[in-house]
Amino acid sequence: MPEDPQIEVAGEASLIVYLGGDSSPEVSAGVQALALALRERLADLLEDLIPSYASVLVLFDPLRTDHDKISAIVRECCAELGSFTPDSGSLVEVPVYYAPESGADIEALGERSGLGWRGVAELHASIEYRVYAVGFAPGFAYLGEVDERIAAPRLATPRKRVPQGAVAIADRQTAVYPSPSPGGWNLIGRSPMCMFDASRKDPMPVRVGDRVRFVPIDRSRYQALGGTL
Amino acid sequence: MTGISILRGGPLSLLQDRGRFGRADLGLSPGGPMDPVAAELANALLGNDASATLIEASFGGLELRADAALQLVVTGAELPLELNGEPCALWSVLNLAPGDVLRLHHPTRGCRNYLAVRGGFTVAPSFGSTATVLREGIGGICGKALQAGDRLEVGSAMPIERRWLPPDRRPLYPRRLTLRVVLGYQHRAFSEEALQGMFSSEYKISPRSDRMGYRLEGPAVPCKIDGVLSEGIAPGAIQIPADGQPIVLLRDRQTIGGYPKIGSALSQDCSQLTQLRPGDTVNLAPIPLRAARRALALARVVDDARRFEALGP
Repeated sequence: MPEDPQIEVAGEASLIVYLGGDSSPEVSAGVQALALALRERLADLLEDLIPSYASVLVLFDPLRTDHDKISAIVRECCAELGSFTPDSGSLVEVPVYYAPESGADIEALGERSGLGWRGVAELHASIEYRVYAVGFAPGFAYLGEVDERIAAPRLATPRKRVPQGAVAIADRQTAVYPSPSPGGWNLIGRSPMCMFDASRKDPMPVRVGDRVRFVPIDRSRYQALGGTL
Repeated sequence: MTGISILRGGPLSLLQDRGRFGRADLGLSPGGPMDPVAAELANALLGNDASATLIEASFGGLELRADAALQLVVTGAELPLELNGEPCALWSVLNLAPGDVLRLHHPTRGCRNYLAVRGGFTVAPSFGSTATVLREGIGGICGKALQAGDRLEVGSAMPIERRWLPPDRRPLYPRRLTLRVVLGYQHRAFSEEALQGMFSSEYKISPRSDRMGYRLEGPAVPCKIDGVLSEGIAPGAIQIPADGQPIVLLRDRQTIGGYPKIGSALSQDCSQLTQLRPGDTVNLAPIPLRAARRALALARVVDDARRFEALGP
């Protein structure tokens, strides 16, 4: 946790705290710890708090506090948290059916990397990822970091519709699409796991700071778990 | 049946309350009324709680029938409003009898109207709010826009005395606007010339504007960086994508994003912005943070005075 974080004005009733310029597990842990501390310290002065890869956006009630006061509290929290390391988050296993029929871009990635599509799947499932941020759509968790060999830029032309459960790669990030949506990420498989269910008390199986491991499953297991093709 | 039936949904009519706050951790947009000033006045005129659920009708076209006696107010954009085919007044409490039909035609100034009923619409909240965010399919009735055949329940409340907001107290909806901007975020990634260019140019509202953001068309604003690590987006944040055309992010904005941002427009100016239509004109002006805070406090006083007037003695 940097003792003197960079704090910028975001708007008339908001400021953004940067804990680093790059994403790393350490910076991400700092973001999590600061978000937690600020929720507690600011309580009902907060309108919302948006943690991301390396920053925390603080939206506050402008009639009851101001940028200077919030900045001071942010600095205090950072100083207090100094050496604090939050727990490593829970480990969530996400089953994935990796195949050309479930991941339209996995063969292209296999060719580009020289690993073949099975190699791409194996490498993707071999790493424990961290949830760095949630955004873009309800339940969309940004996971990092993908092995450089299978990192791939976004498609030049995004697809109009990516199906629910699609497992995808963009640069060194990976994610599971929680609902059908347009998208430009490279599709490598599909998961039968529900990543966002508004009817559940806890709508998401993962939270920022959690760890995710993808577990390869075959076609019949995928379908037995409720997956569709 | 104590409620209303939608006969025609119009281009975009959505149930809204003040918005869904505090759920950015799930990636949920706040939603809520694009023009909270007009929305709050609709509820105030009816003596409703400020968080009561109402309808935001964009570009008019909404038609509904009362299924019971109820009191109703329409605020916002200027438009011909008809009760059973006869003209009636905006910004004024209307008494509807069962079977009465209210129709919003097309706005002549501004583009968003707020239709509230005494007692508010009864809608089951999702994540603490009834605000409809179409992109997410959350809020309102199954996350959808209102359409013919929808029926809405109205909360029970004692009728109130009829009252109205005097014309000189009503917000104006001019076709051009100066959007005051508090510099922030990556504003240092823009050269002095780029900022000066932006602040001395006129922009037109793009037809591709929506509840997520208003896109401005005009001279491109060059930026020294392509993007940033995705970060939280404040209401009114002005992002500059690769084509240099500014986008003012509004109620249905994504919670995080990676385009460079120059700062954020004042909330009161964003309310006004959302009443502009494609082709209308905007220019941008920087405002120091202290002045922005004074402007905010002043706007609250004006809003409170209007609300007081709306609430009656």
